[in-house]
Amino acid sequence: MSDVLLSCRKVWKVFGPQPLPPTRELEGLGTEELTARGLVAAVRDASLDVREGEIFVIMGLSGSGKSTLVRCLSRLIEPSGGEILFRGEDLLTADTRRMIEIRRKHMGMVFQNFALLPHLTVLENVAFPLDIQGMERKARAARAQQMVELVGLKGKESFYPRQLSGGQQQRVGIARSLAVEPDLWFLDEPFSALDPLIRREMQDEFLRLQGSLKKTIVFITHDFDEAIRLADRIAVMKDGVIEQAASPEEIILRPATPYVAKFTENVPRAKVIRVEKIMVKPKAKSYAARVPVRSNLAEAAKALKPGVAVVGVVDASGAFVGEIRREALTAQIMAG
Amino acid sequence: MAAAPARNIGNWWFAAVLIAALALWFAGKGTVPWAFDYPKAWMIPAMQWVGGFSKWLVDQAHFGLFTFKELTRFLAGLVDFPYRIVLSLLATGFLEGQGSAAVQIVPPLPWWAVTIIAALFGHWAGGRKLALFTTACFLFLAAFRQWDSAMVTLASILVAAPLGTIGGILLGVACYRWPLFQRLIAPVLDLMQTMPVFAYLVPVLVLFGFGPTAAIVATLIFAMPPMIRVTLLGLKGVPGEIHDLAAMVGCTQAQTMWRVLVPAARQSLMVGVNQVIMLSLNMVIIASMIGAGGLGFDVLTALRRLDFGAGIEAGFAIVVLALVLDRLSQAAADKLGAPQASTEGRSFVQRHPHGVAAAAVAVMAILLAYMAPVLQAYPQALSVSTGAFFSDVVAWINVNYFDALEGFKNFILLNILVPAKRLLFTVPWIGAVAVLAALGFKLGGWRLAVLAGTLVFLIAATGQWEKAMITVYLCGTAVVLATLIGVPVGVLAADRERLWRGVQAVIDTLQTLPSFVYLMPVVMLFRVGDFTALIAIVAFAVVPAIRYTVLGLQKVDPSLIEAGRAMGATPWQILSRIRLRLALPDILLGMNQTIMFALSMLVITALVGTRDLGQEVYIALTKADIGRGIVAGLAVAFIAIVSDRLIAGAAARQKAGLGLA
Ligand SMILES: Nc1ncnc2c1ncn2[C@@H]1O[C@H](COP(=O)(O)OP(=O)(O)OP(=O)(O)O)[C@@H](O)[C@H]1O
Ligand SMILES: [Mg+2]
Repeated sequence: MSDVLLSCRKVWKVFGPQPLPPTRELEGLGTEELTARGLVAAVRDASLDVREGEIFVIMGLSGSGKSTLVRCLSRLIEPSGGEILFRGEDLLTADTRRMIEIRRKHMGMVFQNFALLPHLTVLENVAFPLDIQGMERKARAARAQQMVELVGLKGKESFYPRQLSGGQQQRVGIARSLAVEPDLWFLDEPFSALDPLIRREMQDEFLRLQGSLKKTIVFITHDFDEAIRLADRIAVMKDGVIEQAASPEEIILRPATPYVAKFTENVPRAKVIRVEKIMVKPKAKSYAARVPVRSNLAEAAKALKPGVAVVGVVDASGAFVGEIRREALTAQIMAG
Repeated sequence: MAAAPARNIGNWWFAAVLIAALALWFAGKGTVPWAFDYPKAWMIPAMQWVGGFSKWLVDQAHFGLFTFKELTRFLAGLVDFPYRIVLSLLATGFLEGQGSAAVQIVPPLPWWAVTIIAALFGHWAGGRKLALFTTACFLFLAAFRQWDSAMVTLASILVAAPLGTIGGILLGVACYRWPLFQRLIAPVLDLMQTMPVFAYLVPVLVLFGFGPTAAIVATLIFAMPPMIRVTLLGLKGVPGEIHDLAAMVGCTQAQTMWRVLVPAARQSLMVGVNQVIMLSLNMVIIASMIGAGGLGFDVLTALRRLDFGAGIEAGFAIVVLALVLDRLSQAAADKLGAPQASTEGRSFVQRHPHGVAAAAVAVMAILLAYMAPVLQAYPQALSVSTGAFFSDVVAWINVNYFDALEGFKNFILLNILVPAKRLLFTVPWIGAVAVLAALGFKLGGWRLAVLAGTLVFLIAATGQWEKAMITVYLCGTAVVLATLIGVPVGVLAADRERLWRGVQAVIDTLQTLPSFVYLMPVVMLFRVGDFTALIAIVAFAVVPAIRYTVLGLQKVDPSLIEAGRAMGATPWQILSRIRLRLALPDILLGMNQTIMFALSMLVITALVGTRDLGQEVYIALTKADIGRGIVAGLAVAFIAIVSDRLIAGAAARQKAGLGLA
């Protein structure tokens, strides 16, 4: 297992009339009892570890407390209790200066509604975090230009946000959050405001980026399909509580609570299990049919057109890392 | 449901108090004289207090490092310095030496240069059409020999508007940053909005003396509050995500404010700038009473001499200036609020063609002034004077239609104004206090009751009762008339697209005009007196009555109208039973605005010889009597606040009753 970059222990966030009661008094209370006291516990006793280089997805229905949890993790709001460790340092005891420094150097965030500054061009928006840090003009323009090209917006540098489509605007948001080369990348429902087709395209784009960047990512979504497509691990939230945190396979095959089970009961195995789980060592030098290593069995089945007996598995660099035969695939899909 | 018993209690109280007050009223003065005439012995000597305080402030107040007087001097200097420069540039030229011995060392910009520069600005902000419009307006000012006065007025605005904008933004930011500061300043802003404009002038006059500096200070104070409000609203309207963004990229507090929040609120700030400019114009005209000079002074002297020709010319010049400033500032606001084409990698001249051209024109004009001074003044031969013409027209109307006009005036006076005035004079002050407090309780609970009761009592206790009653009578009659005119016009215009666009154009224009301008034509036809004031107030206050009626009617859900039609309701039934019924809360709010407009105009009409609180402020102004001016000004503000809160309460109840809240 790789190192833990960010972890939170027993984090609470309670909204309600001040002064709030200490959180240990609230442990074990149900939603009704809290409501009766005029309190909303948006996050309850949440503990999780985000490992270096993984995509950690927080999944839950609207109002389940996902945004509140990431806002606690990035300390945009002050948690009511618990601790948050970033590389072993407790963020909740960091002073304002230190927090500014951590955010400038190590964190990036992408927002659901893009949060682009309307008075700046695409390039200026992307360069904005660098500008805030006082980076010199030429250097930040060059760096921003690089980011703009990375997200495929070359040629649109001098456009203003309102002249762009939603998908393009979110690309700007992504480029901006990457400009400072953060170690920890938060994305709060980055694709929820987009049309389904664009959303799919942006997910692919996101995976492509991550393939080369290898960031540590906390990704929020209310869309279960999106979660299993992207996640290395998923935390399922309900009413502020993390019901289960595990890999997508695990969540589907061994749901920890009835709520998670209900969520996952209609998801076919083929959509969850990744080809890397069942592939064997490649026997040939090259294959006519190929799928990326992160794709699931259903996608592999699609690649196995009639008359094709075997499909090659490629990693991000395009090298073959495995193969899957038709019989093996069928057997796996049938087993579910 | 829970509110029902409370509401009943309110109703009972109201009925009981009303009956008691009516009984007192019928019983008449003889029974309990102190209930009708507020006893001298109980009078609160507010005038003396305010007067004494201001005397102390000016003569003795000391804040450790500096005295109050030094503070006002400093503020005056802050305003005076830029004003001298702008005025020199536009009107007087730069002078060396003092008084009559002064020698002009640099001449002012000639009329043609100012016109070209303004047109260039118009072109930058709004393209060719606006450039043409601007040119036409400035040529008008030159051709009608209003140039010099107009430039004096313009200079005041060019100084007051930027200072007001910057000050407003700074205070707005402070309100946003420190909620405590906002809570302190909010009631002051509310009060300032309801104080009659003249009331500002009195303390400013005492503290800053007579002259343009004092006028600009008054203008600043008057025009700043909306900018503060707009800034605060704009900052509060910045989406939460943008705040999060600022935090996540590691902005410091100052960076968050000035690099993120203020620019993100830019569009709303621009709306505020337009307001500041229009209010500045309005106030600079009025501030001619404390030495602003310029067009306002021309109108004022014309009014005093009853020289209608001159007055109407200056009046037209004000209208033209108002129109051009409004268009220019709106276009500039749109331009600055919207993203600009990128100018990366072009030369300075390419990036700022208008600015460079304007600077070139200015330099050339000054050089030319040395070489060919003839070009300096607008050629006499090309100028037009319509003063005599207008005087003749007025004379002609008065000769030929004197009987008709006089008959109309007397009819209204005898049948409406005089009886209303008589009736109000017999109202016992204590009855009014009780009834309004009970009404407040009925409409908004005990807080409103205390507020209404206290303010009305204070009006009586400071010896303003009679003058307040004249104010109420004039204002009340005007509001009734404005509503009787405005609501039907609104009803007619609401579903006639073309008519409404026409009406809208007219009332938008009317609203940009400084209130002073309204007096001119009415005085010409009806001379001075209550009736003249009434007409001017109605003309000014009818605008919100129309606007809110149309807004309210247009907001009514079309499916409800269709439902009515499906039930077989006649058009009249649909109008009266459905549309007007649902639009009532909005119409009530419009009435509220009508009252505010009426009160603000009422004070101006003191110039045409009314006997109300406005006159009291006006007299205080001419005598530089702070105590008298502030107490009377506050009385007007109290009337405004009480009516505002009561009507707002009524509108809220209506809304809740209709399930629209
Ligand atoms: N500032 C606040 N004050 C009071 N309650 C709040 C506040 N912010 C969030 N809540 C409550 O906390 C709960 C969780 O909200 P949160 O925004 O974290 O949900 P979410 O999972 O992100 O939902 P969505 O998918 O709609 O974004 C909700 O019940 C919400 O009403
Ligand atoms: Mg959310």
